[in-house]
Amino acid sequence: MNRVAQILETMEYGPAPESDVPAQTWLDKKGRRFELFIGGTGMPGHGDRFDSINPATGSKLALLAQATAADVDAAVRAARAAQPGWAKLSGFERAKYLYALARLVQKHSRLFAVLETLDNGKPIRETRDIDIPLVVRHFYHHAGWAQLLESEFPGYAPLGVAGQVIPWNFPVLMLAWKIAPAIACGNTVVLKPAEDTSLTALLFADICQEAKLPKGVVNIVTGSGETGRLIVEHPDIDKIAFTGSTEVGRAIRLATAGTGKKLTLELGGKSPFIVFDDADLDAAVEGAVDAIWFNQGQVCCAGSRLLVQESVAERFLAKLRARMENLRVGDPLDKTTDIGAIVSLKQRAQIDAKVKKGVAEGAILFQPKTVCPDGCFYPPTLLSNVEPAATVAQEEIFGPVLVAMTFRTPAEGVALANNTRYGLAASIWSEDINVALDLAPRIKAGVVWVNCTNQFDASTGFGGYRESGFGREGGREGLYEYLKEKTPKFSAAASMPTAPPALAKEEFPAVDRTAKLFIGGKQARPDGGTSRAIVSRSGAFLGHVGEGNRKDIRNAVEAASKAEGWAYATGHARAQILYYCAENLSARAGEFAARSRGMTGASKAAAAKEVEVSIHRLFTYAAWADKFDGAVHNPPLRGAVLAMNEPQGVIAIAAPDEAPLLAFTSLWAPAVAMGNRVVIVPSERHPLAATDFYQVLETSDMPAGVINIVTGGRDTLAQTLGEHHGVDAIWYFGSNGKLIEQASVGDLKRTWIVGAIDWFGADGEGRVFLRHATQVKNVWIPYGA
Amino acid sequence: MFNVKQIVPCEIAGLRDARNPVASYDADLIDSVRVNRSAAERRVASLPGRRTVKKEWQAAWQVRAIQCIDLTTLSGDDTPGRVRRLCAKARRPVRQELLDAMGIGGIGVTTGAVCVYHAMVETAVAALRGTKIPVAAVSAGFPAGLSPLDLRVKEIEASVAAGAGEIDIVINRSHVLTGNYRAVYDEMKLFRAACGPARVKAIVGAGDLGTLVNVGRASLACMMAGADFVKTSTGKEATNATLPFALVMCRMIRTWHEMTGHKVGFKPAGGIATAKDAMNYQFIMKEELGNDWLSPELFRIGASSLLTDIERQLEYFVSGHYSVAHRQPMA
Repeated sequence: MNRVAQILETMEYGPAPESDVPAQTWLDKKGRRFELFIGGTGMPGHGDRFDSINPATGSKLALLAQATAADVDAAVRAARAAQPGWAKLSGFERAKYLYALARLVQKHSRLFAVLETLDNGKPIRETRDIDIPLVVRHFYHHAGWAQLLESEFPGYAPLGVAGQVIPWNFPVLMLAWKIAPAIACGNTVVLKPAEDTSLTALLFADICQEAKLPKGVVNIVTGSGETGRLIVEHPDIDKIAFTGSTEVGRAIRLATAGTGKKLTLELGGKSPFIVFDDADLDAAVEGAVDAIWFNQGQVCCAGSRLLVQESVAERFLAKLRARMENLRVGDPLDKTTDIGAIVSLKQRAQIDAKVKKGVAEGAILFQPKTVCPDGCFYPPTLLSNVEPAATVAQEEIFGPVLVAMTFRTPAEGVALANNTRYGLAASIWSEDINVALDLAPRIKAGVVWVNCTNQFDASTGFGGYRESGFGREGGREGLYEYLKEKTPKFSAAASMPTAPPALAKEEFPAVDRTAKLFIGGKQARPDGGTSRAIVSRSGAFLGHVGEGNRKDIRNAVEAASKAEGWAYATGHARAQILYYCAENLSARAGEFAARSRGMTGASKAAAAKEVEVSIHRLFTYAAWADKFDGAVHNPPLRGAVLAMNEPQGVIAIAAPDEAPLLAFTSLWAPAVAMGNRVVIVPSERHPLAATDFYQVLETSDMPAGVINIVTGGRDTLAQTLGEHHGVDAIWYFGSNGKLIEQASVGDLKRTWIVGAIDWFGADGEGRVFLRHATQVKNVWIPYGA
Repeated sequence: MFNVKQIVPCEIAGLRDARNPVASYDADLIDSVRVNRSAAERRVASLPGRRTVKKEWQAAWQVRAIQCIDLTTLSGDDTPGRVRRLCAKARRPVRQELLDAMGIGGIGVTTGAVCVYHAMVETAVAALRGTKIPVAAVSAGFPAGLSPLDLRVKEIEASVAAGAGEIDIVINRSHVLTGNYRAVYDEMKLFRAACGPARVKAIVGAGDLGTLVNVGRASLACMMAGADFVKTSTGKEATNATLPFALVMCRMIRTWHEMTGHKVGFKPAGGIATAKDAMNYQFIMKEELGNDWLSPELFRIGASSLLTDIERQLEYFVSGHYSVAHRQPMA
């Protein structure tokens, strides 16, 4: 007992191990050999077996099954068979199951926490205080959504079977993020945990049995990336939800292109952590700890790029280095461990290689004197003197490594923050409400944390901009990812007039106009210097339009990018211009009706109606321009979380042939009303309504570059737009969606592929269009006087 | 991992043990204080989950907490008899058999000080004769700090003359609430001078100050004026010591140390009644300031009932049985 005297001298913390007995007992009970969970029971599977390793010790925990094609088939069949019955249950019935799952995870929370720490290597403090409580919260919250679904989402139906592939960094939390919303909405799932961290998913399978969840609603198949590929490529899956690397996300985008599978990708990041000179610097230091040394930095939204205002940079970095000395690296099961084990030796080697590269490129390395055990551990690391051109400033490291840069002004801070392909999250530290709230909308990221970082909650959507992926998880916005509109099947052909009508000669304009492209507010001759002839349905020559090419697309996208100010115009101002367009179209209604008749052969009444509905539509989106409100979410926090509907940026639109004026109007108007700029390729067959329309734009004060019109071969131009990295989203109305989805893979732009829409009906306008025109940014603003 | 030059926080050689001197008033420094309340609350909410001590370590930390207690009685019904009983407890805060069982029977565990009103100083000094336990006197118009300035100064001088080794003064909170930090500084400077060789603890009355920023600024103004300790509370405010107050004040102490190399101590007071409470303050000291601030030289806890709770915990550590208050000698 003389140790007390000794400890009084050193005042060290001493060991505080969490017992791993409950988890080891559970593993023993399972014979340390796991099956696949298909149709509510364990299935041995047909594949090889592989080891599950504790990365902190290197010891084997259990033997897992590698699911084969036959196994994935069986799982999808089970999910498919269960889905109609599950969807048919009332929301209340489904809510009771989700509630039971929440309660059961809570009851077994210590087992989950310890098992997760054994399997993943993350500190017990995090699994116990963060991961597992968030899992429980996610099921509770979505039990509520199941209950409210019918009343809050009328007109929506579940998608069917969801294939879900999740990463190793938050194994059971990511499971909850995937499964809870999917089953709340009436879908069934086939989920594959990461091969390094499958055990808590298998424990969750036990929980599903305990909750008496109907068989086949949740199916869990273990295995490597190969199993993931089988899920992604499975023809009978309606939805793929993936969290993981951008590289794999790209492969999934390619594999699902043209299949009609709905897709959510939650990918990598290089999120900025911006510290202003008026920040509470000590708080920001602690924020940096939570940003990059949480979960060993193996967090997709880790604040890995530190941007400090130059005037306080030295002071801030000194404080940060001092703080790093207090970080405890070691046994993940010790309750005082801050940084546990890296998930695998392979991952550790990648981190080390990137850090070495950073140093070779000129970064100054700091690692504290903290004891860092051998094996799968990596010390907290700060790389300063890093420039944006450095590899470590651009590439995700996915480890406990912070890279530091400086900025001078808020504008430069924004520019550096946005100087990345990614756009997952950002953290802003300033005690000045003006600075913080001005930056929040200007940073391209799906989540912005003001004076905090790495805050998550089931009530609040999470997901990226740019190459960090698309779709949201959590909150109302996350539910749309597991629902579809209940729209009747509509055929484009049926909407076209069947017989070519006789045209009255006097309906043609007296002097034929030369239709040009419309780029940057100016009529532009096509770069290629060629035109294409446009004929009526009866084959009569109507006029020429420019044959747009790659360079015209380049110019149009450039003009659209430059018109960024439109995104920050007030909704009221945007509405005024849309009303003005309507006014000017109305003044020329007869001319546009004649044009429509001339091109499509529509009846006089139908052509007049097309113009009338187009004017109506402009009124609709003028009305929406200042009304598509965001939300204020309610996570457990003293503060507000603003879910802001932000424009996508530059939207490329490939319009259909039917209703050439109305479809054209119905597409650009919602995009523009929400603050996007568009490059629109009008109907290939009937482009003259669109080219006539630029005169309306010119007389309606539409700012240059907001709407750009490029005529020509539609699918070729659309492909160029799909491949253009300056285009943030592409809407394609036609039959060649696969081409567009494949083209989008380079920068993972958002795609919206629609076969046909009844442009004259209720489905021709409304919130669906606005949702595609926007993405939700969640801005966390904790406050306190 | 890499052979690089390690950078450690600045430590100005030679100033380590010197008393924090009076510095000139620096309005810019006061203005520069920023405190984000939500972030401060998150830090203190998560800290007890990040740090813990078990078994022998827990016992040692609890013994250390006792050594940091300013065993206090500040009641209208204080009498010499009551104060003598308190002093006896300060001399022998833990039953000898428990100390022996822990192998520290010979190190002379006492509390950090005894803290009383001026009227009880002589009694306490007499009762503690032969020990190194200082007597701390609350002063300067305690608890409101609103009596005439010259009387407040004279009160300090009287307590020092009566043998108090430490003076716990209160600042005039109205100066903080009206933004007059210069006045806080000026008065504190007078108090420090009046203390002479006695250590001076500046009570900022955090619960009266309205915001954490004010708590930070008041603490800094006191440190500029030569405070040896900053202390949260008189024990008479509606809100006494809290972990966010402690965090903010410790960060001001750290800032002052980073800037000047001088070490100022910290004393939370009021409402700290359990061993677990005390340990959370110890974690803040170690994490935000370092091990030096775990010693009674730089850390005190103003408390009365805390001691009994810690004794019960120590008895449990030694015997393995949960204990009760009546087995511990009363203060």
